[in-house]
Amino acid sequence: MITAEQKPMQEIIQYLAPYSKILLVGCNECVTVCAAGGRKEVGLLASALHLNSLKQGKTIDIKEITLERQCDPEYVEELTSYIDAADAVLSMSCGCGVQTIATRFKQAHVYPAVNTKFMGASLSQGVWAERCQGCGDCMLGITAGICPVSRCSKSLLNGPCGGTSNGQCEIGPETDCAWRLIWERLKELGIEGRYEALVDAKDWRPAGGAGPRKIIREDLAL
Amino acid sequence: MENYEPEIVAFCCHYCAYTAADMAGSKRISYPANVKIIRVPCTGKVDAIHIMKALEKGADGVYVAGCLEGDCHFKTGNARARLRVARVQKILEDLGWEKERVAMINMSAGMGERFAKTAFEFTEKIKSLGPNPISQGKIEVQAVS
Repeated sequence: MITAEQKPMQEIIQYLAPYSKILLVGCNECVTVCAAGGRKEVGLLASALHLNSLKQGKTIDIKEITLERQCDPEYVEELTSYIDAADAVLSMSCGCGVQTIATRFKQAHVYPAVNTKFMGASLSQGVWAERCQGCGDCMLGITAGICPVSRCSKSLLNGPCGGTSNGQCEIGPETDCAWRLIWERLKELGIEGRYEALVDAKDWRPAGGAGPRKIIREDLAL
Repeated sequence: MENYEPEIVAFCCHYCAYTAADMAGSKRISYPANVKIIRVPCTGKVDAIHIMKALEKGADGVYVAGCLEGDCHFKTGNARARLRVARVQKILEDLGWEKERVAMINMSAGMGERFAKTAFEFTEKIKSLGPNPISQGKIEVQAVS
């Protein structure tokens, strides 16, 4: 999923300072699962913003709504009946959702309430770790299901660097050396011979090196 | 502010703090009338939004009273409640409020005296902090108008 974390409260308050009618929009997808911008977080942030304005003797009108997906125009369309009544839109989705709203409603002042972090997997409740960088040319088939692009700090493709120490990465003891993990898993699976096969220099154009990426499915596009 | 009597909301677990309050009553131990009890089946039922809404509606302080650590009837409800209280405290800090307005307290069903003592101590703490900051906002608005 795409992971995110709520922005510092004071940054959000600064964004909203000029406005009194806010449309606070959550998203039912990734940010709900990583507890950054679902219905629950929308409620909590709205409550915090109410407390802040009440302390200043002001009232702030906050309309809370959580869409099924903020990155799809058909769901964003549901905001049509609320958008005119709002001075500003505060989105709790990833950057994709914020931009979908800004694209659909040209006149709306749209602000993000979360910082989008990475594509990650849940390790345990409340813990998420980066597992994919969307390089556009998946290598997991030759690296025993462990991604060197996202999990090696240098995205090395042919074994570890000299910075690996006792199986950990030199950036910190809490980070496993991805290539140690790959080697151990290759051995466990009895296919350590694959480690000898050299990987050619990676073409980083599908990873974004050739500019913003797009997928067009002719069979689906109307 | 001399006669200020704070409104305090106490979310009390049915299996411990609520029974402890009952015990305090049975033993004729008085505790401040400032504390308004809301009985919950477990403190794990108390979500951050419940605490926030209490503050939003004007409570001067809120505490969650659950079973002793390790003694939760539902195993980990009180541990979850402690984390949620900490989350609300962080939100209050971010807003520039006193995080002490919100607290997690643990006690067993037999601790009637502790319930009363806690209620006294928390009420005193909130009295020293003063009213909920939203009431200051109202006063400032009245002064301007």
